[in-house]
Amino acid sequence: MTLVRVRDVSRVFANGVQALDGASLDIEAGEFLSVLGPSGCGKSTLLRLIGGLAEPTAGTIEWPQGRPDLGFVFQEPTLMPWSTALANVALPLKLRGLSRSDREARAAEALAGVGLKGFEKSYPRELSGGMKMRVSIARALVTSPKLLLMDEPFAALDEITRRRLNTDLLELWQRTHFTAVFVTHSVFESVFLSQRIVVMSARPGRVRSELAIPAPYPRSESFGTSADYAALCRLTSAQLSEAMAA
Amino acid sequence: MSARIVAPVLMGLFMLALWEGLVRAMAIPPYILPGPILVTKTLVSDWGTLWPALLVTLTITLQALLAAVVVGVLLALLFSLSRWIELSLFPYAIILQVTPIVAIAPLIIAWVDDVNVSLLICAWLVAFFPILSNTVLGLRSVDRNLLDLFELYGASRWRTLLDLRLPAALPYFLGGLRISGGLALIGAVVAEFVAGSGGRESGLAYRILESGYQLKIPRMFAALVLISATGIAIYLLLSLLSHLLLRRWHESALKEE
Ligand SMILES: Nc1ncnc2c1ncn2[C@@H]1O[C@H](COP(=O)(O)OP(=O)(O)OP(=O)(O)O)[C@@H](O)[C@H]1O
Ligand SMILES: [Mg+2]
Repeated sequence: MTLVRVRDVSRVFANGVQALDGASLDIEAGEFLSVLGPSGCGKSTLLRLIGGLAEPTAGTIEWPQGRPDLGFVFQEPTLMPWSTALANVALPLKLRGLSRSDREARAAEALAGVGLKGFEKSYPRELSGGMKMRVSIARALVTSPKLLLMDEPFAALDEITRRRLNTDLLELWQRTHFTAVFVTHSVFESVFLSQRIVVMSARPGRVRSELAIPAPYPRSESFGTSADYAALCRLTSAQLSEAMAA
Repeated sequence: MSARIVAPVLMGLFMLALWEGLVRAMAIPPYILPGPILVTKTLVSDWGTLWPALLVTLTITLQALLAAVVVGVLLALLFSLSRWIELSLFPYAIILQVTPIVAIAPLIIAWVDDVNVSLLICAWLVAFFPILSNTVLGLRSVDRNLLDLFELYGASRWRTLLDLRLPAALPYFLGGLRISGGLALIGAVVAEFVAGSGGRESGLAYRILESGYQLKIPRMFAALVLISATGIAIYLLLSLLSHLLLRRWHESALKEE
């Protein structure tokens, strides 16, 4: 079942920069999709268009089953520094008018879901970079969205933290069955995480190619060291080089 | 006690001792320069005159600061709501700010019958701009992604203001408030001087002027000490307020742990 149909979408900014030029893409319900492309190719722009935070200059974005609840994870944690972790996670529920006790109960649950039980009362500055990112993910998941849009959420983190968060993210995805769209410029990350990778060309961005990653889930650290994984990475890497040359 | 307190206190005591020593050694008459001991004595003996004067100045200062907060924040909110209002009003706020208060104080004092009201207007004029400009800056310095997040969850303008823009602007506002606190006092004192030269009685600055005419220089110094002490107290109180409000989350309130 198709959740989103992105058709020939273009986006030109006020200063004349064309970020996207006829990008097309289908997102299937329940899948884990990565969008891979070089820096500046319009990945963030595409994600913002899907999230409804901006309008395409041309083309359409269709929701065959209606526009679902969605969550958005930014490249930075994007937390309110004056609020505790719990209040940050509860924000979407607050904005939707849930009562305080309801939203705090659900926020506490979401925090526990990303492994941050016990940090409810901590302020963002008291948390490490990886923990802040977890809070950010918990906030995106607290409304139980059908679709989770993530814009290079782990790009600023160190390799070890990033790997942990990747495994945790996959585990969450398998547990909660949301549709995941994961923007990244890392070949390794995209192969490790996704069922399908969409490769974008350099600016103005369009979708160049698509490839499936047939490896089964759960994917553990051992998948990351397997020969299959290495081969898939090589393939994806080649596609990316091709997309950038074109 | 930390060196941060001990060092300036020692320095101050040393300077006072030096001052007293010089005044005595060179036998400077008190109507030229009174020594600190005499100033302290005068402070005590003239308390009956100085204290009511201090109250007058303090009242004007605090009222002006309050008015500066109310008008500054309201204007800042208005500016953040409408670009047009900002474009049309901000230049005039700047003109008010750059016009020297001594130059317009005589006009205001001449136009307004009640001395206290005219002093209040002068002090307010000097004090409101830092609050306005800082709050405007703060309301604008909101993380764009957080704004997007609020939009994503369908937050109303009002909710966004309350839960996002106002807290984000708070540190900026408090920075402006600290500057305005000192400026309100300066504005009040300057206006009192202007009013005092016209013979209108008011607070501490008027006492300074009066003491000057009467060659009661020790009392003049005592009044000066009170003004400085008031300025320091205002600054410390506002710093404390700022620290209390920000200490849990803002970088400026971070101490090494
Ligand atoms: N608000 C804007 N106004 C003008 N140009 C913009 C704006 N946002 C993005 N652009 C331009 O559009 C292009 C695509 O930007 P976008 O942020 O979508 O790239 P990206 O693929 O996400 O890059 P990165 O991997 O570095 O995050 C860039 O050249 C950028 O300069
Ligand atoms: Mg980006």
